[in-house]
This record gives sequence, C-alpha cells and structure tokens, in this order.
Amino acid sequence: MRSVKNISGVGMWFDAIVVVAKIAVVFIGILTGAFVLTWVERKQSAIMADRIGANRCGILGIRLWGLINSLADAMKMIFKEDWLPPKGMRFLHAVAPVFAMFPVFMTFAVLPFGPPIEIAGRTIKLQILELDIGMLYILAFGGIAVYGVMLAGWASNNKYSLLGGMRASAQMISYEIIIGLSLIGPIMVYGTLDPGQMVMAQNHLLWGWLPKWGVIVQPFAFLLFLPATMAETKRAPFDLPEGESEIIGYHTEYSGMRWGMFFLGEFCEIVVLAAVLVVVFFGGYQFPYLFDGKEILGQPGFHFPWGAYVPLGEWWVFGIRILSFSFKMLVILWLQMQIRWTFPRFRYDQLMRVSWREMMPIALANIAVTGVIIMLLNR
Amino acid sequence: MIDVKPVRKIDLTLWQKTYYPELIKGMMVTSRHFFVNLSRHFGKALGMKVERPMVTIMYPEERRWLSPRWRGLHRLMLRPDGTPRCVACMMCETACPDHCIYITAAESPDSRVEKYPIAFEIDLLRCCFCGLCAEACPEDAIRMDTGYLELAGYSRSEFYLDREFLLRRGEVTTHAQFPGELDGVTVKRVDLLKMAKGH
Repeated sequence: MRSVKNISGVGMWFDAIVVVAKIAVVFIGILTGAFVLTWVERKQSAIMADRIGANRCGILGIRLWGLINSLADAMKMIFKEDWLPPKGMRFLHAVAPVFAMFPVFMTFAVLPFGPPIEIAGRTIKLQILELDIGMLYILAFGGIAVYGVMLAGWASNNKYSLLGGMRASAQMISYEIIIGLSLIGPIMVYGTLDPGQMVMAQNHLLWGWLPKWGVIVQPFAFLLFLPATMAETKRAPFDLPEGESEIIGYHTEYSGMRWGMFFLGEFCEIVVLAAVLVVVFFGGYQFPYLFDGKEILGQPGFHFPWGAYVPLGEWWVFGIRILSFSFKMLVILWLQMQIRWTFPRFRYDQLMRVSWREMMPIALANIAVTGVIIMLLNR
Repeated sequence: MIDVKPVRKIDLTLWQKTYYPELIKGMMVTSRHFFVNLSRHFGKALGMKVERPMVTIMYPEERRWLSPRWRGLHRLMLRPDGTPRCVACMMCETACPDHCIYITAAESPDSRVEKYPIAFEIDLLRCCFCGLCAEACPEDAIRMDTGYLELAGYSRSEFYLDREFLLRRGEVTTHAQFPGELDGVTVKRVDLLKMAKGH
C-alpha cells in the first residue's frame, strides 16, 4: 500500500467513515445514473425522431416529463412473475444476473470522480481504491461480466438461449481484447496504470499550450475504445445478442426483476464505461488550464499559456472540477445514446470481422507507433 | 427469355471505407434533429412562439384536422322549422351495401310533407362507412359529417343507433354544404309525433 494508515482512535474511524461515504456516493450515483439513463434513452430517442417520448404516466397529476414512466417500468419489473423452464438449473439461473451486475459496480472503485480535497488536515482522494494496477483491475472485472452471459444462456435449458449466450460471450471477449489493447496506448503515454495518477498527468501542457488529454495524444486509441466499450456492453449497434424482440438471446427465459438486473446492469455498465472513457481520454475532472494549489505551488486558478493568471480559491477550483467531470460524463452518455439510435445493427459476422480483422491491427499499430514516438521524444 | 440488366456494384470510396466520416455524417443528421427539437421544446415551455417540436398530435387535447368530406358518425338533419328533413323515401336503405339502415315510415301531420320516419335505425356494427346513404339521400337528410370517430362502447346494443340519437346530432348545422346554408346554426327540434297527437 502506498500510504500507511494512521492506526489510532479517531483517525481510524475518520478513515472508515470516509471510505464508506465514498462507496455510498459511487453506488448511489451509478444506480441513479442508470435509472435516469433509462428515462434519457426514451426521451432522447424520441426528440431525435421528432416525437415525444413516454409522458402520460403521472402521480396525482404530476407527470415529471416521463420520469414516472420509468418508475412504473421499475415497479412492473419488480412485480412480474419469476419463471424458469422446468428443467433449467435454478441456482445458475439465479446467479447469472449477479455476475452481470456485480463487476460493473466494482469497476468504478478505482476511478477518480473528483479532485483530492483537504478536510481537517487530511487529503482525501475521491477515489475508493488507490491501486497501482488500476487499469488491470478494470479489465479483470470486464472479464467477469462474461460469466453472467454464459451462465444465463446455459441455465435456461433452451437451445436458442444457449446459442445466444455463446454469441454474446464471444462478442464480449473479442471486444475486451480491443479495449485492453487500446488502453495500452494511454498507459504508455502517461506511464502509470493508476487512473488517479493518469488524471493528474493529464493536466500537463504539451509544448506549453496543449493539455495532455488522452484524446489529443492518443486519438486512434480513443476511436477504438469508444466502439469497443459499446460492443462490450452489447449496446447498439452491436446488440445482436440482445436484439430484444427480434432474436432469442440469453435473456429469453428471464422475467421480472432478474431480467431487470440484466437490463439495469447494462445501463450501469454504460455509466461506468463512460466514466472510464472520461478518466482515460478526456482528462477526468481536469479543466483545461485550471491548476490547483498543489500542482503550481500556492497559485490555484487559471494559468493561460499566454501568461495570464486568474487566481481562484481552492474550493472554486474544486467546484469547477466536479462540474467538469459531470459535464464530460453527460456528454459521453449523450453520445452513447445518440449512437445507439442512429446506426443500424451490425450483423454478427460483420461484428466479429470488425473486431478481429479491422480493429485489432489498428490497435497493435497504435501501440507500436506510440512506442516509437515516445522513444523519439524522450531522446 | 428474361431481360437482364447488369447493375454495377457501387464500391465505397477510400474515404468512405474508413467508416468514421460516414458515421459522423449520420450522427450530424440525428444530432441536428435532436438539438433543433430540444430548443423548440424549451421555447414552447418558456412560452415563446416556436414551430412544432414534434409531429405527434397530443390526443385527446389536440385533434387531427378532418375535412368536411370525412365520413364519421351519421346524423339526421332538421329543416329550419325543426322537423326532420327525412321523408322516409328508403333511398338510403336501398343504397346501403351492408343493409344496416332500417326505416319505418309514417304519414306526416304536415300537409306539405308526405311521409316522415317514426323509426330510423342504423346498425353501426354492420356499417362500412362508405357514404352511399349520404350520396343517395335527395333531401340532404342523412349526413356523415359529424367528425366523430371515437366509436366505442361496452356492449353491442350501444352500437345500434336509433332515431333519437341520430336526430339529436342533427340540431347543429356544420360544414354548410349548400349556398345559403348557415354554419353552426342550432335548430330546435320539433317532434312530429307529438305534433300529430296535438300537443
């Protein structure tokens, strides 16, 4: 561990409370995000298509522009009958949605959702786990999510669900490889696997004026990472395994809240992978040219490359950074929704071909070229 | 021999094959729709005068525009003095392809008019809304211009329209069809049977 905990009375309790508070914030944040995202999906797709989304559900006349509709959906899912085919395996059938939801929440543990703050003389990083191997942790939990899909397909005692499960898991594994390979580029550039360190490294200015964000120094990695995450979450246009009402997939024999867990797990994964994208490629919570008191000693505020300096208080810097992270997350989530409703579905063979024959060479070339450029620049 | 037309397959250009420019073009179209509609929604919420943000018609608060020729629920029209225009000539009953009109004629107490219907029933469950009855009527008595399309009921008997129902809708003159006819005039109905009984 990097820091030695203060093992004495009040200090220990304070640390424990801080960790629990961070976990609560992240957990509630992801769940709220997923719930609002179901509403955003309906509304955004509707507004994009010149119509209004669902807006008639109301409680005592208050309609809330369709949020009550999402609530009604959730209640419907909770009260539906939970049914399993007669010869299906009950235990695996029950456990599979857990595998779909659980890794998603664990992945967010290493991501910093805000800058470090000072409370009562202690620096608290808004990052639950400060692991030296943060990126590997994210990729590892992405791998566990595959189990949920395969178990769901197998435990349903349905030939077509099994095939759907195999399809979905093959797709997830292929695109996980692309995610891993495309992440190696930023890891090489920033020299660290810890997302917290990566965010702090992104505030440096290249040649004095360009913020060293991931999307600027590694554009091809970004262009590969974005579709790969959408394919990993089996989100359109890569949603052939799901297909919902068109093809029998791994979730056919699931109803009620079990299906709700798959569904909600998918939306949580959208939120989490959007956070990973923001952290790695868009500077996390950084705002361009905004530095706090620790990076440039004692001078928090805007340091523009032409020499202008706008001093701001520490808490102003903190507030702008929190808003910056939220705004970037919103933009990426909007983008993912927009992509889903713009493009037609990939056929399965097209999907696999894109991953193995088109994205992987580009990812490998990206690594090679990045390595060469770093070597040349460090000379 | 079948005529064969050779069609050359159009290949993508190199720029298109990189796939991303085409994706971005598609995204621009949908994003433009999104932001334009969103700004119109906000404008409408703030009370500004903007174009419609959606093509949806919010039924039942808004209704779609119907032309005067649109065939909805039937109605029997009244003359300006309140008596029904229908003279029970049976032309509509004959013209109806579904045989859904049932008329019983009776002698009218008015000396200028020979007959009037004491029973005029339309079975809506048989009606195909073709409008031939309205075309056939020489008196402009039966019309289908009520614009009423919410034809729903809880039992089959609700779909069997009787004379009272049809005449009640005839009290208002809408969609003036002949020169000199006034639009929106309400005529007070006169019951010829009561008139005949001397009340």
